Amino acid sequence: MSSTSSPEKIKKVSIIVSRGSLDGVYPGLIMANGARMEGIEANLFFTFFGLYAVLKEYQDKIKIATVGNPAMRVPDAKGFPLPTLLGALPGMSAFATKMMQKEMEKLDIPPVSEFTQMIADAGGHLYACKATVDMFHLTPDDFVPHMERVLTVGDFYELSAGGQIIFT
Amino acid sequence: MAVRTLNNKPIEFDAEGFMTNYKDWDLEVAKVIAAEEGIASLNDRHLVVLNFMRKEFEAKGDGPSIRKLTKESGVPTKELYELFPGGPAKKAAKIAGIKKPHGCI
Repeated sequence: MSSTSSPEKIKKVSIIVSRGSLDGVYPGLIMANGARMEGIEANLFFTFFGLYAVLKEYQDKIKIATVGNPAMRVPDAKGFPLPTLLGALPGMSAFATKMMQKEMEKLDIPPVSEFTQMIADAGGHLYACKATVDMFHLTPDDFVPHMERVLTVGDFYELSAGGQIIFT
Repeated sequence: MAVRTLNNKPIEFDAEGFMTNYKDWDLEVAKVIAAEEGIASLNDRHLVVLNFMRKEFEAKGDGPSIRKLTKESGVPTKELYELFPGGPAKKAAKIAGIKKPHGCI
């Protein structure tokens, strides 16, 4: 049994990023980077739409969903709920994303391309899910160079041995 | 809180081992803390990082984020992790004599 009061430190985390929205991608990146900052071994496994975070042409085009996001408020986090129909207007998602990126920059949270590079430089490992790569018909050229390799689920469990697995 | 004598000076540390008053810091104190953190000797590059952290702390009251540190000090991420193995943000802050940094990045 483990608990938060357990004196034993976490030594290794494997974080699965499965979603391709801004709020789907960033938590995993922040946790992986934070792990490295604490000297914890960190693996990132990108799967399904989360894969866009390591696709060269797309990683900095990741956006917030303004439709189907009942927590979305305007003009800021304590504003009014954004009606779904308004969220569907062209440019809403881009606009909301821009607003949030501005706030993130203030907190020194980098764009996805810089952030994934930073995690790799910090000794974190980035992997892509083989099933998704096959399904999306992707080739190694589609990925940023610091995405180390494509893994099967079995490979992923193998390299996660002895650590915590976090699904986001 | 604990007061220890380093370099013939009484120096106060918090419960997590960070100095409570950064003005008590000097290079000799840094060397002792570094050795305790597993860094046998401090070179010029360590000092670039430590000085940047102290400057930032003095100006803002908190240590810099890793991103700011690497961008503005000229020490890239890879090197930073090599200089302070096992967790650069906290380790460098300890050795720099500043309080524990509060950022997430």
